[in-house]
Amino acid sequence: MLEATGVETFYGNIQALRGVDVSIRRGEIVALIGANGAGKSTLLMTICGNPRAASGRIVFESRDIASLPTHEIARLGIAQVPEGRRIFPRMTVLENLQMGATVAEEACYEEDVERVFELFPVLRERQRQRGGTLSGGEQQMLAIARALMSRPRLLLLDEPSLGLAPRLVARIFETIGEINERQDVTIFLVEQNAHHALRLAHRAYVMANGAILLTGTGRELLDNDEVRAAYLEGGAGKTDVERGGDV
Amino acid sequence: MLGTFEYFVDQAINGITLGAIYGLIAIGYTLVYGIVGMINFAHGEIFMIGAFVSIIAFLTLGFLGLTWVPLALLLVLVATMLLTAVYGWALERFAYRPLRRSPRLAALITAIGMSIFLQNYVQLLQGARNKPLQQVIGGGFEIMREGDYVVTLSYLQIFILLLTVVLMAVFTLVIGRTALGREQRACEQDRDMASLLGVNVDRTISLTFVMGAVLASVAGLVFLLNYGVIDFYIGFLAGIKAFTAAVLGGIGSVPGAMLGGLLIGLIEALWSGYFTVEYKDVAAFSILVLVLIFRPTGLLGTPDVEKV
Ligand SMILES: Nc1ncnc2c1ncn2[C@@H]1O[C@H](COP(=O)(O)OP(=O)(O)O)[C@@H](O)[C@H]1O
Ligand SMILES: [Mg+2]
Repeated sequence: MLEATGVETFYGNIQALRGVDVSIRRGEIVALIGANGAGKSTLLMTICGNPRAASGRIVFESRDIASLPTHEIARLGIAQVPEGRRIFPRMTVLENLQMGATVAEEACYEEDVERVFELFPVLRERQRQRGGTLSGGEQQMLAIARALMSRPRLLLLDEPSLGLAPRLVARIFETIGEINERQDVTIFLVEQNAHHALRLAHRAYVMANGAILLTGTGRELLDNDEVRAAYLEGGAGKTDVERGGDV
Repeated sequence: MLGTFEYFVDQAINGITLGAIYGLIAIGYTLVYGIVGMINFAHGEIFMIGAFVSIIAFLTLGFLGLTWVPLALLLVLVATMLLTAVYGWALERFAYRPLRRSPRLAALITAIGMSIFLQNYVQLLQGARNKPLQQVIGGGFEIMREGDYVVTLSYLQIFILLLTVVLMAVFTLVIGRTALGREQRACEQDRDMASLLGVNVDRTISLTFVMGAVLASVAGLVFLLNYGVIDFYIGFLAGIKAFTAAVLGGIGSVPGAMLGGLLIGLIEALWSGYFTVEYKDVAAFSILVLVLIFRPTGLLGTPDVEKV
């Protein structure tokens, strides 16, 4: 479904991605883990064309999207919940959802709103409230709901559990699984919370210093000693894996 | 006479008319500031171009023998909206868009440069002399009288107020209720997020400049009808006043721009009526300074506390 090969991205002179290869098949949940600053968010944003890849190919459903403008990539069926949620703070919850439906068929709107309200009932209660006044967890739900309003085929999630209470984290991960199964949405999930992510994901990639270090099924990576040491036990410190030690 | 209520009403009517002009221009400043975060200093010139397109359209229609006023007004209104919109669009497309990711100073200097350029462009094409226009809408009716002092509300003033109120209502609805308005507000709050959701940001910004230009063109037409004479320099002072109005009302806020325009118009008219015409501009700017000292975000502006 999505095939990225040799993707390189720069911020000015700083190279953030150094030839990244990632492949996502339809129906999968694929996780991307790695320490802070590894380039995970940059990869998600590069898939959406902002910043643009300096070299490499990004093929979505047999179409090279690497040079398309961001809003046209959204039209093809890729939605992103970016780092930091990015709710429109001075718009109501409902208006935020309407913005999510920008590229969707107008006829589907009522049905889609109903569906995200069923997924996140708290949003129904808050629908007339401004986005900026929601709690962190509610904002995260709204960000996911907003992305779903476009009926995406591929959903990119950047650290959906960041800053949430443990109980909510479990809830969010459960919902991600549900969206994947029931709504036939393929998911590419960036997480610091590697334990949850690897258990949920069918496959996963480990990223460090702008390149993919390792890949395997969620299970394989959970059992991998280097991954355990670096990302599961005691957090995201730099280890052999990141210094390029062979695994 | 000076102390009577009638005199006050007379000045207030003048002030509201003037305020309509400032308000229409101020909306353009506020919309553009909201969405691209720059003060479009060439916006006063867009207003001036609107007045010039209007006078050319009137003269052309007169030359063609069209004298029925309602139709002439309608045609001129449409002509000035369309043509002035093209200027507003081109200004953004060719002068500002290439600089969108440059430092703010670059855009600011470009805006001042475009302002000077457009003034000279009109001066070259149309000459530096005043351009008079015969009265288009005459007459009115008496609303009060005190001895010899008659307060009239002219048909022109009624036309101006109706036109302004209708336009402002339409634009408020567009911004508050339509998909386009929502996209504009989204771009204002988080442009990159809007594009991730499929909003064509360039197109939305273009349309914002077009909307501002359309309103300014109507202000130009109204100015022409009200004063009966224009020149290539009218955009400067009107632009500064309207900018003041936008800041007074709270830059970025559309209702604020309307309110600010009305207040600046009233202050100016009442000051001229009761004190002296010479210092009317100083009066308007002094009020601005006072408001900004006590309420830096303007009357209806919201401080960005919610921005996370
Ligand atoms: N807007 C930016 N400008 C310059 N450098 C950036 C920007 N965003 C990220 N970077 C740099 O790119 C690298 C990758 O960052 P990022 O993709 O955010 O990593 P991650 O999401 O894995 O934490 C980091 O070194 C970061 O400092
Ligand atoms: Mg990140």
